[in-house]
Amino acid sequence: MVLTQNNNADTTVIRIENLCKSYSLQGTDGKSIVNQVLFDINMTVYQGEFVAIMGHSGSGKSTLMNILGCLDIPTSGSYWLSGKNISTLTENELARIRNQSIGFVFQGFNLLKRMTALDNVAVPLLYAGINRSQSRKQALALLCRTGLEKFAMHQPNQLSGGQQQRVAISRALVNHPPLILADEPTGNLDTQTSKEIMLLFEQLNREQGITIVLVTHEDDIASYARRLIRLKDGCVIYDDKNTITGDH
Amino acid sequence: MNLTTILSEAFRALRQNRLRTGLTMLGMIIGVAAVVLMLSIGQGARTKINETIAAMGSNLFLVVPGATSSGGFSFGSGSVRTLTINDAYAIADLTSIAATSPVTTGTVQLNYASKNWSTIITGTTPDYFVVGNWKMESGTTFTESDLRSAARVAVLGSVTAKNLFGEEDPIGKTIRITNRPFQVVGVLMAKGQSLTGRDQDDNVYIPITTSERQITGNQFPGSIRYMLVQGKSADDMDIAEIEITQLLRQRHRIQQGKDNDFTVRNLTAIADVATDAAKIMSIVLGAIASVSLMVGGIGIMNIMLVSVTERTREIGIRMALGANQRAILTQFLLEAIMICVLGGSIGLLLGITGAWIVSQVADMLIVITFGMIGLAFLFSSAVGVFFGFYPARKASSLKPVDALRYE
Ligand SMILES: Nc1ncnc2c1ncn2[C@@H]1O[C@H](COP(=O)(O)OP(=O)(O)O)[C@@H](O)[C@H]1O
Ligand SMILES: [Mg+2]
Repeated sequence: MVLTQNNNADTTVIRIENLCKSYSLQGTDGKSIVNQVLFDINMTVYQGEFVAIMGHSGSGKSTLMNILGCLDIPTSGSYWLSGKNISTLTENELARIRNQSIGFVFQGFNLLKRMTALDNVAVPLLYAGINRSQSRKQALALLCRTGLEKFAMHQPNQLSGGQQQRVAISRALVNHPPLILADEPTGNLDTQTSKEIMLLFEQLNREQGITIVLVTHEDDIASYARRLIRLKDGCVIYDDKNTITGDH
Repeated sequence: MNLTTILSEAFRALRQNRLRTGLTMLGMIIGVAAVVLMLSIGQGARTKINETIAAMGSNLFLVVPGATSSGGFSFGSGSVRTLTINDAYAIADLTSIAATSPVTTGTVQLNYASKNWSTIITGTTPDYFVVGNWKMESGTTFTESDLRSAARVAVLGSVTAKNLFGEEDPIGKTIRITNRPFQVVGVLMAKGQSLTGRDQDDNVYIPITTSERQITGNQFPGSIRYMLVQGKSADDMDIAEIEITQLLRQRHRIQQGKDNDFTVRNLTAIADVATDAAKIMSIVLGAIASVSLMVGGIGIMNIMLVSVTERTREIGIRMALGANQRAILTQFLLEAIMICVLGGSIGLLLGITGAWIVSQVADMLIVITFGMIGLAFLFSSAVGVFFGFYPARKASSLKPVDALRYE
């Protein structure tokens, strides 16, 4: 299974070339300072891969993930997602890509408050133009698969961290995107819950061939991935393309 | 996302945040209710005064015996008897004058069947009803020939007729005025209170000749209590006043340099004062209303700005999940519109109810126009929609990552 995926790996999901990102900040003396966060990043991710991006805090992992998730735009360089050049797309087309092609999982869950788990999962379907009752049906099906059907009518503040992250993962999956981006998805969870979440990601990758790019700074979390990329001060310092199970 | 889904999403957002929704609506409710209440009271007062003035008759002078006292009218003092019926007829012949009506008054006891009623009696000429702009409820006024023959005929004010006859038709019936039989020939339509707050409808009118000879009696034959004079045109009131004064001075043989023994009052001028007072009152009420509208508007603005800004993160999440700018904007616009329409309608109901209560409790005329409703509604809605929409537009034009990072 894994091997067949890798053999068909000529399908690129992500390709970035010479990607740079810098922020301009207002300095104390009133002059604007340019703070470059990402330097000349090159990487290619093929369909079915499970990639972990590691690096110290402040090394630019989230910045990279936000660009990959079309939530932010690079300062220079190119980004192709499933063959589409992102920089040529309009705001509406980007919204559509975020809706259809990417499932984003955040460290802080980012569920909508005062809305049931079911309705939270259904939101991407609504923006895909599916009506409410149909959306709820599909959302419930996903909650069943992640083992949360009992909590469908709970609001986020009535759920544990692990349950909230499962709701968020269900939401990321609901439009069947080929790519899941997860920025420190276990950052707010205890070890046991983190393990369960990672097993869920591993299962999604293995059984459904969903491409997963995951950011973490913990080695045992990264060990669930099959490829490791290390960032340091905004540069890729390590990219190991052929790891099957990580034990770095 | 289609419009019905966005609409239900907007509705759900409002329901999920009852407090916020309630507070925003409160601004709307207070603004609209206050404006409707204030403007309707002001408008009511103006309408009432205009009606009273119109009912009073136009281009009127009141001529009373006695010199002008510093306190204004020496109206009805009773001691001065310098004006006569003939003075009135002479004034009527002036070119600038349309008509005059001399008046004597007294208090009498009326009887009909077993009922009796004490009221004011007015002896006058048929012109009185023309000059005073009276309309008939039923029957007719007495005539010039009644005047000449000093006939025992009476016209009743509406309150007097009601008290004496109840539901019965008074026309043709015989009543007793201080025990003398009089035939009722007409009943006047109600006018309500005068500008000075006097009830104008409790009165009995008879020819002045009859009154003088048979009812009030008269130590000074031909003298009258006052006369109403109607000028021909509103533009010539000043000329008319001079002519009346000159004629009366001449008739009363008042020498150069001596004071008048009568006073001519231009009632139109008094009416103008009342109109101005009512206008000032509406302006003051209007100003209070605009302040309430402003306060309401600022309330709406604050809550909208805060609530939309507070939801920047939510906007970021929705964009990360695939919402485009238009979907976000439509939702916020619909939320603002729903709040405004709902709050405005409640405010409108409240304002109308308040106006009704005021009209009942204070016995005031209240006038509600579509103009004032529209003004209040439009202003508050414009504020609500603008301040609901503008921050949402700002947030939705952020990059999703910036909206998400917003604390
Ligand atoms: N919006 C921003 N404006 C300015 N600097 C930023 C912004 N976002 C991130 N940075 C800077 O970029 C660097 C990398 O941040 P980030 O990508 O969040 O790191 P990581 O996720 O690896 O901890 C940090 O030094 C941070 O200060
Ligand atoms: Mg980070």
